[in-house]
Amino acid sequence: MKIYLKIWRQLNAGAEGKMINYEMDNVIPHMSFLEMMDTLNEKLILEGDRPVEFDHDCREGICGQCGLMINGRAHGPLKHTTTCQLHMREFKDGDTIYIEPFRAAGFPVKRDLKVDRSAFDRIIGAGGFVSVNTGQAPEANGIPIAHEIAESAFDSAACIGCGACVATCKNSSAALFTAAKISHLVKLPQGKVEAQKRALSMVAQMDAEQFGHCSNTESCEVECPQNISVLNIARMNWEFGKAAIFRK
Amino acid sequence: MELNAKIPPGPLEQKWSYYKDHAKLVNPANRKKLDVIVVGTGLAGSAAAASLAEMGYKVKSFCFQDSARRAHSVAAQGGVNAAKNYKNDGDSVYRMFYDTLKGGDFRSREANVYRLAECSLALIDQAVAQGVPFGREYGGYLNNRSFGGVQVSRTFYSRGQTGQQLLLGAYQALIRQVSAKAISLYTRHEMLDLVVIDGKARGIIVRNLDTGEIERHAAHAVILATGGFGKIYYLSTLAMGCNASAIWRAHKKGAFMASPSWTQIHPTSLPQSGEYQSKLTLMSESLRNDGRIWVPLKQADNRKPNDIPEAERDYYLERRYPAFGNLAPRDISSRAAKERIDAGFGIGAQKNAVYLDFSKAIKEQGQDKIKEKYGNLFSMYRKITDIDAYSEPMMISPAAHFSMGGLWVDYELMTTIPGLFALGEANFADHGANRLGANSLLQACVDGYFIAPYTLSNYLSDEIKTGSIDTKHPEFEMAEAAVIEQLQKLSAINGNKTADYYHKKLGKLLYDHCGLSRNKSGLEYAISEIKLLRADFYQHLKVPGTPAEMNGELEKAGRVADYLEVAELMCYDALTREESCGAHFREEYQSPEGEAMRNDEKFCFVSAWAWTGLNQEPKLYPEPLVFENVALTVRSYK
Repeated sequence: MKIYLKIWRQLNAGAEGKMINYEMDNVIPHMSFLEMMDTLNEKLILEGDRPVEFDHDCREGICGQCGLMINGRAHGPLKHTTTCQLHMREFKDGDTIYIEPFRAAGFPVKRDLKVDRSAFDRIIGAGGFVSVNTGQAPEANGIPIAHEIAESAFDSAACIGCGACVATCKNSSAALFTAAKISHLVKLPQGKVEAQKRALSMVAQMDAEQFGHCSNTESCEVECPQNISVLNIARMNWEFGKAAIFRK
Repeated sequence: MELNAKIPPGPLEQKWSYYKDHAKLVNPANRKKLDVIVVGTGLAGSAAAASLAEMGYKVKSFCFQDSARRAHSVAAQGGVNAAKNYKNDGDSVYRMFYDTLKGGDFRSREANVYRLAECSLALIDQAVAQGVPFGREYGGYLNNRSFGGVQVSRTFYSRGQTGQQLLLGAYQALIRQVSAKAISLYTRHEMLDLVVIDGKARGIIVRNLDTGEIERHAAHAVILATGGFGKIYYLSTLAMGCNASAIWRAHKKGAFMASPSWTQIHPTSLPQSGEYQSKLTLMSESLRNDGRIWVPLKQADNRKPNDIPEAERDYYLERRYPAFGNLAPRDISSRAAKERIDAGFGIGAQKNAVYLDFSKAIKEQGQDKIKEKYGNLFSMYRKITDIDAYSEPMMISPAAHFSMGGLWVDYELMTTIPGLFALGEANFADHGANRLGANSLLQACVDGYFIAPYTLSNYLSDEIKTGSIDTKHPEFEMAEAAVIEQLQKLSAINGNKTADYYHKKLGKLLYDHCGLSRNKSGLEYAISEIKLLRADFYQHLKVPGTPAEMNGELEKAGRVADYLEVAELMCYDALTREESCGAHFREEYQSPEGEAMRNDEKFCFVSAWAWTGLNQEPKLYPEPLVFENVALTVRSYK
C-alpha cells in the first residue's frame, strides 16, 4: 500500500509545531500502526532526518503509554483499541493519515507526538489509593465481597491511564479517568473508609491540572480502550456531592 | 572469591523466621537519615520503594517510562500463586515449595524457594487490602484457577489482567508516599551507571530522557528492580523499552551475573509475520486448558487447517506427553513446537507456527462457554491477525519471555557488591532453570514487600554513622564522565545502520544458537559472530541528534550496546553448562526420546560470572546447590 502521512512535528514544549508531509511506499496491511511508524523512522534516520518521537512500550494494549490522534480520533478509527493494537489493514492504499499528539492544556507536548501526562499521577496522588501500609493487612478472605461487586470494581479499575478520554473530549476533561479510580475504590469495602476525602481531593486536583468539566457528551467512553463506562462519572458526581454535603 | 549465600541456620521451615528474629534493625529516628535508591517501578520496585518509605527511610525512585504505572509487570495476564489452600485440595507451603523447585529442575536454592512459598500467604492479604479486585466466587470469597505444571488450584487472578491490577496496587502505594513527600519519584530517567565507593554501592548516574541531562544521585543502598532482559532476542513478549542496561552496568562494576542464558521461551505467543515486526504478543497459557496443539502429519502441507482431516493431524504434545498433554510445562511445550517446526511441519505463511485448536472444546462446551472463559483473548487475536479463532485454529509460536537468570544475589537479595540489592526478575534466585506460571508476579511482590524491608534494614543498620554521601566524590565524577563519553561515542560514529538493525541481527543469532536448544559448535559460532557484530556496531551505527536532548534512538543504541555484551556472556554460560536442565537444552545431553538430561554430579550449582573486561573470557564462580530436604528426581511429565 502507498500511504501519505501528515505528522505533527514540534521540537519542544515552547517551540511552534506544524504538520509535515511524508510518503510511505510498501506499507503491509499486517503491520501494526506503530510498526509503520518504526519503518518511517528507520527511513528518516538513514536519510539524515530527525525521527518522529512517539510514546509506546508494551505494544499489547495494557501499559497505556502509546496514544496518537489519528485522523482526529484518539487511538484511531477502531473503538476500544489502543494505537499499538491498530493495524494498517484498517486503511486503504492511497489514504492520507493525519497523526497528532493527544492535545489538552493538562497534557503539554514534549516533542512531536509525546505529551506530558504526569497530571494523571498527581490526580492519583491526591487520594487514588487505600491508605494501608505493608504488613497491616488482615486475612484476605476476612471480608467477603460479592462476585458482582468485585467484577464491577474490576471494570472501573481496568483503566490504563492512556489519556484518550481527555484527548477526545471537547472540554479536555479528565472526568472518566478520575471517576474510574474513585469508583473502583468506593465499590470495595477496603476503599470506603476514605471515600469522602478521596472524592473531594481527587476532583480538586483534576481541576487544578487544567482539565475541563464534563458536559456529558460521552465521547470518552467511545474511545476508551478499556471500555470504561460513563456511569463511573455519574458515580463520581454522586460521591462528590455526598462528600461536599456531609464533609466534616 | 568464595560466594556465600548466607542461608540462615535451622530447619527449612524456620529459616526465614530465624532471619527475621535475628536481623539488625534501625530505629525510627535514624531511618530518616538513610537514603535508598530504587531503580524500576514494576512490582518489585514499587513495592520496595513504598514499603521502605512507609518505614521512614528516604527513598528516591526511578523509572524510564513516563509514569511508574507503566512498568512491564502491567502486562502479566494469568495470575499470582499463593498456598492459601482455599480450595481445600491439599495445597500447602511445602507443596508449593516443592512444585516450584521441581518446576525449576532443581537448580535453585531450597531456602529461597521455601521463603517464596511462605510469603505468598501474606501477599494476597496485602493486595486485597490495597483494593486489588481479584476474582471471587458468588459467596464473596476469593476464587482460584489452576495453572501448568501443578495439581492444585492456587492461582489468584483478576480476569486476564492480574499483573495490571497488582501493579496498580503497588503504584498507588508508591504514589501515596510520593504525595507524602517520603519518596522522590523520577520518571523518564534511565540509570546509566552504578557508583561504587570503597567497595560499597553509593549511588547511580542517570540520564533525564526528556532533556538529555546527566544527573548524580547518592544513597546508602541501591536497589535494582529493573526486570528481565528477554528483549535481547529482539522479538519477544517484552515491552520495547525492557533492557539489561542497569544490571549490566552494575555487573561491570563488580556484581556477578548468574545463569544469564536461562531464558523462558513461552510456547503460546503469536508468530512473526514479517521483517518489520517489533514484538510478539503473548496469548495466555490458560488457553492450553481447552486448546489442542497440532501440526499437519505431512510436511509443508499448504491446505487450510479446517481442510485437513482429523487423521492427518499430529497432536504432538498429546502423543509425546500423554499424562500432561497440552498442559505440559512451558519449556517442554516450546521445545516440542520447535522440533516440529524445524522438521518442516510448521504452518502459516512463514512456516514458523503450530495450531492451537478450540474446535473440540467448542463442540463439547459450546461457543458461549469458551467465549466466557477466553473472550478477551479471542478478540485480541482477531485485532492482531484478523482471524476468527472460533471458526479456525489460532496460530502460535514460541517467543522469548522471562529471564530466570540475572544478578546473583544471596539470601538477603544482596549482590556481590555490598549495598547493591537486586529484586524481582532482575535477580537470579527462585525460579531455577524454568519458572512456573504465575510465580513471577509473586516473586516480584514478595521481594519488594516482604524481603527487602528486612534485609535492607539489616544492611543499613551499619550505615547510621556514615552521614550523607557526597555526589562530588571522585567516583561520581569518574562514573559521570564515563557515561558522557559513551553517549558521545555512540552519537559520533555516524555510520549507516540503525540500532534496530543490530538488535534484530543479534536477536536472530541468539534465537538460532542460544535459544530453545543449544549446542557446543553453535554457541562457539555465536560468540565469534557477536564479537564481529559488536565491532561493526561501533563502526557503522547511526544515531541522529545529540545526547543533550530527547533522543529515543540514543536510548535504543545504549541498550543495544549493552545487549551486544550480555549476549556473549549468555553464550559462555550456555556453553560451559554441559547438561540439559529446564529451559537450558543442550542437544548433546538428551535421552534417546529427546528429553533433557540433567547432570547432578557435575552441574548441581549456580553459575555466577564475574566481568573481566571487554573481549576477555568471563570468570565462572560456581555456587554449589545443597539439597537437604528433597531428593533430586528426573522431571517427567509423561
